[in-house]
Amino acid sequence: MNAPADLPTLQPKDFKSDQEVRWCPGCGDYSILAQVQKIMPEIGVRRENIVFVSGIGCSSRFPYYMNTYGFHSIHGRAPAIATGVKIGNPELDVWVVTGDGDGLSIGGNHLIHTIRRNVGLKILLFDNRIYGLTKGQYSPTSELGKKTKSTPFGSIDHPIHPISVAIGAEVTFVARTVDVDVKHMQGVLKRAAEHKGTAFVQIYQDCNVYNHKAFEFATDRSVKDEHVLYLEHGKPMIFGKNRDKGIRLNGTTPEVVELGKGVSPDDLLHHDEKCAEPTLAYLLSRMRHPDFPEPMGVFRCVESPSYEDLLMGQIRAATAKLGPGDMDALFNDGDTWNVD
Amino acid sequence: MSTATAGGQKRNGKSVRELDSAAVRFVGDSGDGMQLAGTQFTNTSAVFGNDVSTLPDFPAEIRAPAGTIAGVSGFQINFSNHDIHTPGDKVDALIAMNPASLKANVGDLEDGGILVVNVDEFTKQNLAKAKYTNNPLEDGSLKNFRVFEVPITRQTVDAVKQAGVGAKDAERCKNFYALGLIFWLYDRPLDVTLRWINDKFSKKPEIAAANTLAIQAGFNFGETAEMFPVRYRVNRAKLDPGKYRNITGNQATALGLITAARLAGKTLVYGTYPITPASDILHELSMRKNFDVRTYQAEDEIAAFAAVVGAAYSGALAVTASSGPGIALKQEGVGLAVMTELPCLIVNVQRGGPSTGLPTKTEQADLWQAILGRNGECPLPVIAAQSPADCFWTVIEATRWAFKYMTPVFVLTDGFLANGSEPWRIPAYASIEKITVRHASDAATFQPYLRDKNGARPWAVPGTPGLEHRVGGLEKADVTGNVSYDADNHHKMVGLRAQKVANIVHEIPPQPIDGPDSGDVLLVSWGGTYGAVRTAGQRARAKGRKVSHVHLRHMNPFPANLGEIVHRFKHVLVCELNMGQLLLLLRGRYAVEAVGLNKVQGRPFMIREITAKIDEVLGAK
Repeated sequence: MNAPADLPTLQPKDFKSDQEVRWCPGCGDYSILAQVQKIMPEIGVRRENIVFVSGIGCSSRFPYYMNTYGFHSIHGRAPAIATGVKIGNPELDVWVVTGDGDGLSIGGNHLIHTIRRNVGLKILLFDNRIYGLTKGQYSPTSELGKKTKSTPFGSIDHPIHPISVAIGAEVTFVARTVDVDVKHMQGVLKRAAEHKGTAFVQIYQDCNVYNHKAFEFATDRSVKDEHVLYLEHGKPMIFGKNRDKGIRLNGTTPEVVELGKGVSPDDLLHHDEKCAEPTLAYLLSRMRHPDFPEPMGVFRCVESPSYEDLLMGQIRAATAKLGPGDMDALFNDGDTWNVD
Repeated sequence: MSTATAGGQKRNGKSVRELDSAAVRFVGDSGDGMQLAGTQFTNTSAVFGNDVSTLPDFPAEIRAPAGTIAGVSGFQINFSNHDIHTPGDKVDALIAMNPASLKANVGDLEDGGILVVNVDEFTKQNLAKAKYTNNPLEDGSLKNFRVFEVPITRQTVDAVKQAGVGAKDAERCKNFYALGLIFWLYDRPLDVTLRWINDKFSKKPEIAAANTLAIQAGFNFGETAEMFPVRYRVNRAKLDPGKYRNITGNQATALGLITAARLAGKTLVYGTYPITPASDILHELSMRKNFDVRTYQAEDEIAAFAAVVGAAYSGALAVTASSGPGIALKQEGVGLAVMTELPCLIVNVQRGGPSTGLPTKTEQADLWQAILGRNGECPLPVIAAQSPADCFWTVIEATRWAFKYMTPVFVLTDGFLANGSEPWRIPAYASIEKITVRHASDAATFQPYLRDKNGARPWAVPGTPGLEHRVGGLEKADVTGNVSYDADNHHKMVGLRAQKVANIVHEIPPQPIDGPDSGDVLLVSWGGTYGAVRTAGQRARAKGRKVSHVHLRHMNPFPANLGEIVHRFKHVLVCELNMGQLLLLLRGRYAVEAVGLNKVQGRPFMIREITAKIDEVLGAK
């Protein structure tokens, strides 16, 4: 993104509103808020052109804490409202904050259609695999068998996998990060900010009240290197504390292999986020703990015209062909007659 | 009901009788092109200079089983040499293309009326499909009518032979043959339709040729066959001077929205989801990209309105249209627009309900839905169009309110207005008053919920430096707009939002009364029933009855003088195509002992139904 030449130099604190943050102490949302505020001065957009739109849920209080334009809307509809903001004024930099319940359950339909249209929105999905604001029911990303307030005998719903769904809807940018890995998150958020079209980011976020340590495998320093695969474009997929394991393709199925003993990095899958075909990204989205290390970073980043570019392109083309609309000509279109 | 004027003349050996008005209905199978024939007859009559009023009537199925009653499609047009308000109660001429359409419509034909039937289609099989046990052309059941049996299918196929189209395409021209015949019967010129055929089929010259041959053959048949002793003529109406075009309610709505956006200097964002009978607004608007009209066909009704809220927030003229079931889905979003006090329009093209109901039929049963149908104390202004062309002015008025008072505004039209048409006196764009829009810009004084003298909060759009602020569905503190759970603040904010809507009464002129200021019966109506109720009131007065009529356009708030008016009459008769929705509102608001005339048949009122009810209320015989 080309920053305007006279962009004022702002600090993260300039993006903090005067409102008291009211998430539970220890909630992963605090870190996400801090990282978003951290990168805001660096994305090359004037503060007055930034809009945060959210739905309903703990994460959706987010806009109140940002000193930008903000809209805390209704349950599940944030992507649809944000689409309207973008249609009304494509110049705005529009971010959507949603959660696993808001974005994938009640708002699942809007999420899919926003992604397939490639509307230029940055969608941050705070995924804590639980309903927090309504006090602890299972969510669409809760694992099968999970015992919660509304599933005392264990959930019988199979979970939805947000990145797989996004790829199914032909997402042009999709990434994953985790709340406590602040540097990684900042990197991912900056990449999302640069993307034209829909940028969808799943953020693993700890709900320390209703689903504490749901992502311990990816956050506990003593084990996370064994359970997380950091994606790097063009690089072989190597992981492990000693960087001694990798992902190899066996037929059409990925497998974990140890390096050495006849396996070299060249034998491993190499990440290609720019691949036009989303097959590799989809395969990565299927790699789940504990059978696989879970990929972190950018799964897919491809160029495709955004919805608002196509929309404004049609308007420009029609105006070039027909001239700017003349109201009197419009009124008098078709058969007319005079009464004296 | 045709009314003859004195005099007549002879032309081509056939006498021409002059009429003041005539109502004609084309009926056939839904594949027979009756809507097209009716529309063409309407346009020709309008361009000729008659006043016109139309009633299209078609099934919800795209192609119901051919030849059955379920598949019957019809188009009625009333054309006259004076100002008329309705498509007519009964018809003077019925053109029936098959037995099923005859069966479904013959009850609406005046005694002594003209009945043209396509005799080719009165086969044993088609009679059975229409569930006729006897052929009505032979059993004497049509003896009260002037029946003309014309072999329309056969003559059409013969006539279009030289155009070289296939058998199927040839037969499809029969609506134009029928149209040509009726053009002859009512002494109408062919040129408007011939021009339309050439434009429409410019890329299919053989189809254009076939349809041209068919319409000419129908016209010539009337001229040469010894069948029709008389033809009729309805002279030009004395409408107000000006330039006119024919317009449907949905077209007028679309034009009104484009106009409102231009008057306000705004981009029009139209977020919608296809639904009968509102979709034509989308079709009309989606062609107008060079007016910077941004149409958005969303994934569902909910998203369509959510996008409207977002677009309103971004500073556009944001509008949705739908019909009852779609409106039901949008209402949570409408509540959000009320809470965030963002200007937008919700157009409800009402249809028969509840649920999916009667998608292609008209009804007025969504008044409560508009006024009351949201959670919480959630008032908003409601305005209703009274005729097809009036939809244009209604959406412009709604836009003025939305911007001035920072509120969503409900606009009610209905299937009858949406698909019906009438002549529209074309205004000069420059003659229409501009719409004022004010945006906040001063960071030093800006407060998101600091109200102006009208009760409106400022509209601060993203992109304005220094006005970064947050809105949302949670209750907000007065003035600052910060989230507030304070008990007294909530009570106050509910009151402020209600007062703001109530203030719109200052925009509304005193309610006009058609007829004396007091009397025996006050007819009250709203929306698309205007024409029938107005005519019934005028006829009652012509008979010496003390009947006046009030037609409401402003449903919330009501005009300031309405309460006083309803108490000046002995009887208040509220005529609605629902079971008494306005009636309850009037009783509740003004404690008036009103009674209702209510009809939910998917059809507009007939004048005589209202006349009969007036007589009943007055105890007259």
